[in-house]
Amino acid sequence: MGVKLVNITKVFPDPHHPGKEVVAVHNVSIDVKEGEFVTFLGPSGCGKTTTLRIISGFEYPTEGEVWISGKLVNNDPPNKRDTSMVFQSYAIFPHLSVSQNIGFGLELKGLPKETIRTETERIMVVMNLTNLANRRPDQLSGGQQQRVALARAIINKPSVLLFDEPLSNLDAKLREQMRLEIRRIQKTFGITSIYVTHDQGEAMTVSDRIVVMNEGNIMQIGTPFEIYSRPANRFVADFIGRVNFFEGTVTQVREQGISVRFTHGVEREVASCAQTVRSGDQVLVVVRPESLKLFLKGPAPMGTGSNSRGVSERILQRVPVQSNASSGQPFLEGRIDKVVYLGSVCEYEIDTGGEKPVLAVTHNPIEEGFFQPGDLVGIDFASLSAHALPQGN
Amino acid sequence: MVPSRSSRWAREIRFLLGDPLLFVVVFLVLSSLVVFILYPLARVVATSFDTPKGFGFSIFLEVLKSKYLLQGFWNSIMMSTLTAIGGSLLGYLFAYTISRTNIPFKKLFHIIAIIPVVSPPFIGAMSIIMLFGNNGLITYSLLGINNYPLYGFRGLLFAQLITFFPIAYITLRGVLESISPTLEDAAMDLGGSRWQVFRKVTLPLSIPGIASAMLVLFIETMADFGNPLILAGSQFPILSVQAYLQITGMFDLPTGSALALLLLVPSVTAYILQKYWVSRKQYITITGKPTTSVIKSVHPVAKWGLFGLCLFVVMLILLVYLTILWGAFANVWGTDNTLTLKHFQYVFGVGFRAVLDTLTISGISTPLSGILGMVIAFLVVRKQFPGKHFMEFTSMLSFAVPGTVIGIGYILAFNSPPLVLTGTLAILLLNFIYRYIPVGIQSGIAILRQIDPAIEEAAIDLGADAKKTFFRVTLPLMVPAFFSGLIFAFVRAMTAISAAIFLVSSHWNLMTVQIMSQVESGRLGAASAFSVILVGLILLAIFVIRAILLYRYGRLGGKLLNI
Ligand SMILES: Nc1ncnc2c1ncn2[C@@H]1O[C@H](COP(=O)(O)OP(=O)(O)O)[C@@H](O)[C@H]1O
Ligand SMILES: [Mg+2]
Repeated sequence: MGVKLVNITKVFPDPHHPGKEVVAVHNVSIDVKEGEFVTFLGPSGCGKTTTLRIISGFEYPTEGEVWISGKLVNNDPPNKRDTSMVFQSYAIFPHLSVSQNIGFGLELKGLPKETIRTETERIMVVMNLTNLANRRPDQLSGGQQQRVALARAIINKPSVLLFDEPLSNLDAKLREQMRLEIRRIQKTFGITSIYVTHDQGEAMTVSDRIVVMNEGNIMQIGTPFEIYSRPANRFVADFIGRVNFFEGTVTQVREQGISVRFTHGVEREVASCAQTVRSGDQVLVVVRPESLKLFLKGPAPMGTGSNSRGVSERILQRVPVQSNASSGQPFLEGRIDKVVYLGSVCEYEIDTGGEKPVLAVTHNPIEEGFFQPGDLVGIDFASLSAHALPQGN
Repeated sequence: MVPSRSSRWAREIRFLLGDPLLFVVVFLVLSSLVVFILYPLARVVATSFDTPKGFGFSIFLEVLKSKYLLQGFWNSIMMSTLTAIGGSLLGYLFAYTISRTNIPFKKLFHIIAIIPVVSPPFIGAMSIIMLFGNNGLITYSLLGINNYPLYGFRGLLFAQLITFFPIAYITLRGVLESISPTLEDAAMDLGGSRWQVFRKVTLPLSIPGIASAMLVLFIETMADFGNPLILAGSQFPILSVQAYLQITGMFDLPTGSALALLLLVPSVTAYILQKYWVSRKQYITITGKPTTSVIKSVHPVAKWGLFGLCLFVVMLILLVYLTILWGAFANVWGTDNTLTLKHFQYVFGVGFRAVLDTLTISGISTPLSGILGMVIAFLVVRKQFPGKHFMEFTSMLSFAVPGTVIGIGYILAFNSPPLVLTGTLAILLLNFIYRYIPVGIQSGIAILRQIDPAIEEAAIDLGADAKKTFFRVTLPLMVPAFFSGLIFAFVRAMTAISAAIFLVSSHWNLMTVQIMSQVESGRLGAASAFSVILVGLILLAIFVIRAILLYRYGRLGGKLLNI
């Protein structure tokens, strides 16, 4: 059953230019299955909140249909829809205690006091809120308010849970903890959930599927894996994670993948393609920084490089393990321009003579060693990690 | 690609029709605003152009030809401008001292400074007469001067400053407290001297607030009636008093209306400036967490200088009020100062009708006005409907319209069919209700803007309908604002004079009007006793409402009432 949006468009009068209009959401369709966790991801102002408010009933679509549990709800007000929202600001009622807040929905339904009490207590146990039952909202921390908001939303046993950037007011550590918590609760109760965020890490962690939006339009719908490794277009590839683009022309189309001749003449195989292509088509090949393989061609001349270190440090430094891709001609060659050591990984910007530097990442630098600015390296990738986007779309 | 849509207007009308309750409420509120605010004003305008030969300017030409009446206009403008400038300056220095220094007796200074706000605005004038008048305590008893020239410009300016500077003080203290001390710390940290920090950070950030306070003081002084009636004298005519005298003394309604219109124009201009220009410039982003201010940005010399100034002002206020208190117990003020209770016997005997009437009228009109104010605030902040801006503007207009003008408007409008109300309780109630809604609206709007709309949405989301959401969530959150608005409206109703003086009758009278007539007939003792009772009743009401709120809402209620 779940939630179905059919060609939803929402137009607002422009508050800054009277008479003009803003298209906040344009022609959005998606089918969220029962029990599924779907995240709307996109930059600020792309229409995520508006879409969510259309589902909850706080905005009416200018065009299109909203179906919840197999029922067309376009004309139902929010209090008649079987949805519960967790607000970005939590929206805890400041004049009610924690347990009164949580029991509010049941009280509106006119349930007997005893039922409300037991239900509230049960939820508070699940949410670790029992010892806060009589607190006033202004005596709660951000994380506690967040849990109260979630408890208040799920006690009604809604068929759909809606989240609007629920973690954006929390600090980083708590945010990571809470997103796992939200996922756990959602799995426990099996409630269909629609989640809005601009944080891709959050989206990747919690979602069954991600909807990437930009300027009111859906750019791609897919699992976290598909969104990251098989982006449908340049916007998605660029928005999610960091990326390298290489231009080229399709030379051959096979059952499994294609061959591409890149602008600098080298030919490589590319395992997947966003759309069907033909020989001779222009494509943009996407390769993630961690999929690039680097091998040392020649160390930096002593005393050069942008931040060369002392000799003793250089000796401590282990030379990176040579990649076996060094057998033939590498895909590209370049000089390491910048090194950012992050502990678990090491990031590089490599000058290959192109317009933009090539981005690469190596792992486990303690054991594998890492490169120095000025090192001459060869760069290559495996066909499986390359993905082609037809040009001109 | 995007379908064509009907205009916003049409959409709002459709929305209204889809919500019958909202439609009825909006319709009732709008039509009552038209009848009880706009219609009386329209009658004032119409009457002042209604010459014996039909529509024309001849009444205004008469006014302009009369040197005496014209003088009244310029005197009012001058007095209001000077009070605006002087009162705001004094208010700012006072506010700066209270919020930025650690002088002793801060709390006490604060309380004394707001006494004039919760008392009848003509107390200043009364007290001046008692101190410097013909039988004045200082002039006659102490110095032996008999005819000290205190009527006119000097005495009135002093009375107006004492009466209205506290309003500037309250506004500007709010402004100064909303400027984070961190900004001043940062400026000092960057190497600014204390004086530079004040001149380059604190002062520029306060300018919009100061401008706003000046305009408010200008409006209040223009409208003030009690002080000039007592103090202005014939050498220094003031417009509001002239309008009153034209109508009650000479029964010349057209000239009175024309003068009222002359009074209305500068006030409404100042109001529009305040609302649409100055308030736009307010720096609203300067909030953030209230940092504990480490008071160090004021040089000790400046600090003690400011302390001296505040002490002087506070002493003057005390002098004014203690004089009244003494006067209430003195046998014959100035000549026989032995203590007696006879003035109170008078108030509780012959004068008690006025006390009961005042309490009845204020007691009924204030809650009604408060509820209407909350409803309008709710509609304006949370709902979309045609006529919304009109509703907001009209309901807030009472704030700018001098009482004299609206009083004249009411006798013009409700003295003939369809609505004959003169002499009744109803005309006083209606006048008070619509005159004091801005107080409720302002506190209602302020609190609604603080209540995240998501809180109401959360209730709806959990299954509450519009009515339940309003009564279970919005209203409980607005109650503290309702009561704090109620206090101010009550104070204003209890101390009202300028409009009410046209509307009282032998059946319904007010303490303020009684006080005025006692002053005019030279019975300062009875006037003082009335004033003491009046202020006492107001303080009692504030105390009771505060206690209820503190009991009910704890810290929150107390904070909201921290006037
Ligand atoms: N009530 C409104 N009136 C006018 N424009 C709006 C309104 N709500 C949202 N918008 C506009 O619609 C666009 C999408 O907004 P929103 O859905 O809040 O984006 P997001 O949640 O992705 O940041 C923005 O350009 C925003 O300015
Ligand atoms: Mg948003």
